[in-house]
Amino acid sequence: MTLFLHELRRDRVKLIVWTAAIASMLLISIIIYPQMTAQMNEMGDMFAEMGAFSEAFNMDKVSFGEFSGYFAVECGNVLGLGGAFFAALMGISALAKEERERTAEFLLTHPVSRSRVVAEKLAAVLFEVLVLNLAVAAASVIGALAIGQDFDAKLFFTVLLGYLIMQAEIACIMFGLSAFLSGNGIGIALGAAFVLYFMNILANLTDEAEFLRYVTPFSYADGTSIAASGRIEVKYLIPGLAFALIGAAAAFIKYNKKDIRA
Amino acid sequence: MKAIETRGLTKFYGKARGIEGLDLSVEEGEIYGFIGPNGAGKSTTIRTLLGLIKKTGGEARVLGMDIEKDREKILREVGYLPSEASFYGGMRVREVLEFSAKLRKKDCREEAGRLAERLGLDMGRKVNELSLGNRKKVGIAAAFQHRPRLYILDEPTGGLDPLMQREFFTLLKERSAEGATVFLSSHVLSEIGRHCSGAGILREGRLIRQESVDRLTATGVKRVTLHGAAALPETEGMRDIKQSGQAASFLYSGGTKELIRVLAGLDFDDVTITDPDIEDVVMHYYTGEAK
Repeated sequence: MTLFLHELRRDRVKLIVWTAAIASMLLISIIIYPQMTAQMNEMGDMFAEMGAFSEAFNMDKVSFGEFSGYFAVECGNVLGLGGAFFAALMGISALAKEERERTAEFLLTHPVSRSRVVAEKLAAVLFEVLVLNLAVAAASVIGALAIGQDFDAKLFFTVLLGYLIMQAEIACIMFGLSAFLSGNGIGIALGAAFVLYFMNILANLTDEAEFLRYVTPFSYADGTSIAASGRIEVKYLIPGLAFALIGAAAAFIKYNKKDIRA
Repeated sequence: MKAIETRGLTKFYGKARGIEGLDLSVEEGEIYGFIGPNGAGKSTTIRTLLGLIKKTGGEARVLGMDIEKDREKILREVGYLPSEASFYGGMRVREVLEFSAKLRKKDCREEAGRLAERLGLDMGRKVNELSLGNRKKVGIAAAFQHRPRLYILDEPTGGLDPLMQREFFTLLKERSAEGATVFLSSHVLSEIGRHCSGAGILREGRLIRQESVDRLTATGVKRVTLHGAAALPETEGMRDIKQSGQAASFLYSGGTKELIRVLAGLDFDDVTITDPDIEDVVMHYYTGEAK
């Protein structure tokens, strides 16, 4: 618990900044919805005519004229990508920062097992992801209530849950990767989050890239798909959870064997 | 029981040599000096004993416990001072010491306060704003506050001023008197000569000699210093000749009678013949003359 709390303390500024940025952007998107509905029908037609572009972002599947459709798209843009970046950054730096900041030697010469270090750090990262998503969910509800918009609560939270699981998966994968690094993995983290995001766009565009849906967590966490079907696609979720487990397990195995740099 | 005992302890970094076939033996309660030039493997040895890096061969026990199986148990009893201590940026000295104590599940506030006072350490300062010497003091406090049974100190006096060095060794002697063992790596040889009872000399990853400091310096070699000598004697067994001002000195490893006979034929004001200090002995090993 000591290390878990220590991690939260160290990361608090990052967590606050990312949460505030994502929550406020989503809140703004929601608050401007009433002004946009006036033009919505035209816009809906416009998106429908944009073909591949709309397909890429699944905007052909939902109606922009309905709040839940609009929310799903905005959530995908803001929380999907922003949350993925946040989760990737926190995941990749949790273990590696000890060696980068040369504090690993201090930490690991205390009577704490390496497994415990890994467990408490992973728990801290997942907790931070959860906090960010809870804050974003609260901001979304407040926004929807503020504009007096009826919303389908079940659908609303299913969309948010999808993004939460996706971020947890990315965090676990990056965390596992970071056990193998001793330098700065920020480039890798941001790059990986971006590649996964594009995989989903590619899969939306062409049937030949359909298999990518089993690779990227953006497939089961796609807000527009969830808004259209009302549920998270289990056949894409299962491999995602498996990747998360592999990532976490790799961290435990590798970090227990690792030589800590001076 | 030995405080530290290794048999054939070996660490390779891939193909690069760290240490090879180390047979260390440190008695419980002694102050042991671990001597070696930079890159000889002193830190590698310490980091292997502490479980920061994995050995590639041999065996090692610390306080009777296996370094791999009983790693956490060992660390509970050890206070470690790294040669360059780094702490979490943004934390205050007090917070670093409290964090360290919490990781040990101990309340060390009282002892931390005492140590800070003796070392002249401001507990309210942020660690990343501290000078090298003050950071070292934080390291000392963190290594000493839980009153461990074994102190492992890697070049402990670097960055400390002479007064603070004296305070540090006073502290160390107190802990030693209470029964703790001290394993001290250093290349300040006078430090080892003055404070340690046993010593090991490491060179290129191998332990080339391990003995009590007394026996290490009792080699049959004498250091001869001549004052106001017009010329140096010419005889066998002379080496490490040093000239400074009026004084000339050399190490002599021949017979004493022969030395007196040669000196008798010279003109000088004064002569001193002493046992070599540890510095002479170690230089002798470092430069590869001894086999």
